[in-house]
Amino acid sequence: MTTAAQNQNSTDPLIEFRDVEYQSSGREVLRGLNLAIHRGEVLVLLGRSGSGKTTALKLVNRLLRLSRGEVRVEGRDVREWDVIELRRHIGYAIQEVGLFPHYTVERNVGLVLSLERWSKEKNRARVQELLHLVGLSPEISSRYPHQLSGGQRQRVGVARALAADPPILLMDEPFGALDPLTRSDLQREFLSLQRKLGKTVLFVTHDLHEALFLGTRIALLEAGRLVFVGSPQEFLSSSEPLVMKYVEAFGSVENVRGHK
Amino acid sequence: MNFWNFVTQNRAEIADLTWEHLWMVGISTLLALAVGIPLGILISRRPALRKPVIATANIIQTIPSLALFGFLLPAPWIGERAPRLAILALMLYALLPLIRNTYAGITGVDRGVIMAARGMGLTESQLLFKVELPLAASVILAGVRIAIVISIGLATIAAAIGAGGLGELIFRGLAMVNNAVILAGAIPAALMALAADTLLGWLEKRLSPPRVA
Repeated sequence: MTTAAQNQNSTDPLIEFRDVEYQSSGREVLRGLNLAIHRGEVLVLLGRSGSGKTTALKLVNRLLRLSRGEVRVEGRDVREWDVIELRRHIGYAIQEVGLFPHYTVERNVGLVLSLERWSKEKNRARVQELLHLVGLSPEISSRYPHQLSGGQRQRVGVARALAADPPILLMDEPFGALDPLTRSDLQREFLSLQRKLGKTVLFVTHDLHEALFLGTRIALLEAGRLVFVGSPQEFLSSSEPLVMKYVEAFGSVENVRGHK
Repeated sequence: MNFWNFVTQNRAEIADLTWEHLWMVGISTLLALAVGIPLGILISRRPALRKPVIATANIIQTIPSLALFGFLLPAPWIGERAPRLAILALMLYALLPLIRNTYAGITGVDRGVIMAARGMGLTESQLLFKVELPLAASVILAGVRIAIVISIGLATIAAAIGAGGLGELIFRGLAMVNNAVILAGAIPAALMALAADTLLGWLEKRLSPPRVA
């Protein structure tokens, strides 16, 4: 665990949604969202496609502008932040990875550092450290994204998000496009990485298994509304009808597994 | 008089005219790049401007070249000397492929890549110069290639207003009803177009971004 996170007021939420509404071309995507994400926790936003989970994520780094309410990062309204500073303060990893196809792995991972005017040597050393951290061998750094496997690309994506050592990570189904075995490897590695680094993570997924495995808490969104927030244990024992539906669907998967 | 005799006897003049031709095409292409690429970038940023800009470039393209040379004749400074006029006309014709391909190249960049770049905290100009333009380079270059090949052909017509270039031989040959003279103008122009096309095609291939599977 990093001590930096503990030294500051550890009770203040690092990210906070207050009465957040978001409308897109007349459609209400998010309604009355109130949610606080605390230091060092992994809060999983769970929900089906169109539930507003990705929207909520993009409001944090201002890739979208909220219609009403406020989103606070480290106690400051995101609209008061310089947007570039805000985004460099927050690591961002998405499902399509968004690696730059014309850059090598090294330049992909080190891009933000070079924009922050790190020296070449420092940048290179940091990239090597990050690649090691996400379980990639150093010789991969001269390769291009199209020369990597899906799992390697996602690892590079995570390394890139961690490059400037941001206290906050936003992850939008970062493991969604992977085969089940690679996905479960990456989930396990990510969890141990998160424990080691103490990052505060807002993680979007539609996969309950992933949510239960990674989440300190799970927030369930449905049609733009927050239906439930609580720990994985609370989620499994909740009497909220929609949560029970999720658990039921999940349970039947477990049964299939049991019968095999 | 056969073709080879004509060419060997008029080597110097053909070389001069080729140089003039190349110069007109080169300068007009540079000017068109300086105007067309920024316009293409602009309309990728301001969708409301896309239709008027493309429509204007389209309309220019539909004006017959002889008529365009004629329209520009009364223009001050430019109309004073034929080569200036020819360069302006060639530039106007080159705009459409440049604007359109720049726009298509930039808007064709993978949305996920743009989203990730923004999310990482790239400024708008960093996004443009480090991500969008490099990834659009091959599509933009395809536009440059079209523009130059069209220009080399069109520049032959510039001789009609006395701007020189290889068109002069073509027009002279037409007046003299002498195929050898026409060919002495047409063949170097065709070779020039082929060479430009091959060279730019090779560059275009080299600049194509590798696709993520």
